[in-house]
Amino acid sequence: MHLILFIVFAGLCLAGALNLLLQKHPINSALSLVVVMTSLAVLYLLLGAEFLAAAQIIVYAGAIMVLFTFVIMLLNAGREERTLGSKAAVALGFPAVAAILAVIATVILKAQDLGSVSLSDGITSTEELSRVLFHELLLPFEVTSVLILIAILGAVSLARKGHGDQEAGK
Amino acid sequence: MNTDLLRILPETILVVAGILVMLIDASLPPRAQRRGLIWVAAPGTMLALWASLIQLRLDPGTAFFGAVETSPFTIFFHVLICGIVLVALLLAYDTLPRDSHHQGEFYALVLFGASGMCLLTGAVELLVVFIALEISSISTYILAGYRKHTGKGPEAAIKYFLLGSFATGFLLYGIALIFGATGSTQIYEVAHKAASAQNHTFIVLALMLMLVGILFKVSAAPFHVWTPDVYEGAPSPVVALLSTAPKAAAFALLLRVLYQMLPDLRSLWMPLLWVIAAASMTIGNLAALRQQNVKRMLAYSSIAHAGYLLAAFAGLADKGIAAAAFYIAAYAAMNVGIFAVVTLISGYDEHLPLVADFRGVLYRSPLLGSLLIFFLISLIGIPFTGGFFGKFYSFSAAVGGGAVVLAIIGLLNSGVAAAYYVRLAVTVAQKPENGMSQAALPVPQIGVAVGAALLFTVGATLWLGIAPEPILRAAENAAHALQ
Repeated sequence: MHLILFIVFAGLCLAGALNLLLQKHPINSALSLVVVMTSLAVLYLLLGAEFLAAAQIIVYAGAIMVLFTFVIMLLNAGREERTLGSKAAVALGFPAVAAILAVIATVILKAQDLGSVSLSDGITSTEELSRVLFHELLLPFEVTSVLILIAILGAVSLARKGHGDQEAGK
Repeated sequence: MNTDLLRILPETILVVAGILVMLIDASLPPRAQRRGLIWVAAPGTMLALWASLIQLRLDPGTAFFGAVETSPFTIFFHVLICGIVLVALLLAYDTLPRDSHHQGEFYALVLFGASGMCLLTGAVELLVVFIALEISSISTYILAGYRKHTGKGPEAAIKYFLLGSFATGFLLYGIALIFGATGSTQIYEVAHKAASAQNHTFIVLALMLMLVGILFKVSAAPFHVWTPDVYEGAPSPVVALLSTAPKAAAFALLLRVLYQMLPDLRSLWMPLLWVIAAASMTIGNLAALRQQNVKRMLAYSSIAHAGYLLAAFAGLADKGIAAAAFYIAAYAAMNVGIFAVVTLISGYDEHLPLVADFRGVLYRSPLLGSLLIFFLISLIGIPFTGGFFGKFYSFSAAVGGGAVVLAIIGLLNSGVAAAYYVRLAVTVAQKPENGMSQAALPVPQIGVAVGAALLFTVGATLWLGIAPEPILRAAENAAHALQ
């Protein structure tokens, strides 16, 4: 049962990712990304990471993708144009990705004595998660707020039109 | 005070200063000048520098459950980064357009970015490494696109952002595989597990992926292609910062990952860095020879300098780390200095971008002209400047580690590099043509702030060239702390 679910959703995930790259219209790409995110959430669930699966659905498939589609619609983005450069990128990129994939796959398949990292048995409680998040990983958790602050500041500073720009541009 | 908090004091001060700048900026009336915010930003940076020195009194150790570390190594880089940031702030104060509303955001972004870079040098938990690297990167992506009205500004920012995010993706993949192979992301624990592991293939793969991410940040060859475009499009005061401070932080991370996390794999990563060092030097210098734009030329020169620096990684642990740390300090002093001079000569809007435009600068402004020549001399690596001892220690570390051929390639490259540095120096010293265009150019004004910045960089470059012992000793202490 596990295996069947895994194969189905892993395949769906890969198909979505490929479709994301191959689609010409940004909206189609964004919707394929939803497929990728959702099937990833199922894979997390199969690994026993319920919280991660729920967060994946709520944060990525829900909030972030809604924002993505909003922005694409507001910008009224048209179809991608295929230029010589982008065709060359496709011609070089896919073999390169295949090569990297082959290397990583060989290493993972050959690695015999890998230790196993087990998520806790059964359902991970919120208590356990919060112990990791607010105790052992307190600093990275808090520092992330600075990262978000910078992103906001940067977005404001890039989007705003200061009147100093005209003078500087002359 | 709690020692855990003392160990992140410099970063905390930088973040608080950044938030203060942001809040004051928002509460000022819309038409008011924002330049005065330097009075928050610069003292904040100095306070952070002082806080780093205070940390010398703490015993080396980790805080926050092994997430960050204070040691002579981190203090060395904290002081260096705070110094660079201070100079960059002073430079921006005098050269950013005076009535720009973006000045407040500029200072805030620089301060936040500096906190990320400082944190990166102290992080011993790979999750903190990743977040700190992102803080420093995102702030520099935005700063690179500060000249929105030009075509090249946004181009630089977008290229830097896309390629940088891609490179960070590799780093993150590497970190994930490290976790998969060892079950930990704490650098000491990873080092411990890696030392006792039977089979290293998985860790090697992780290291390769991490190296892609880190070498992108230090603009070493094959991952250097973004450098010239970004340096050309970004405002010069920003380039002064982003060609030095984030690179110093990334080199600190590289030292930590290679010498502290995976020292046993030296036989594997040493030849790899050998090739990358040789390639960076050669590609950087050969490409720089053909450049007409001063900033593009300096961009390729910085790629070559990353190569000279990576030569130190061929050295054995103590010598190699000390040489690399010293080189970073010397490179930062002269590179910030030369970009400060270039900013003053070609202006924020860069009306004089080409090497040919620099003709006769020595006559127009004797001070700036001679400073430019001084920094070029240091970049060539002539004795009595920081550049000389930087190269000297780096190449002798390489020889000590058995990489004699690499040191020879480095010396040959220094000869090639002299060609384009001298070409610029000669152009600067040439008598201006009697055309109208040269006479009509205004003499660049040197304000108090930028004067202090120049004095600081010239002083540092000379100090490192005449009496390098104190800094070298600090670098050696840093090296001991990392082993």
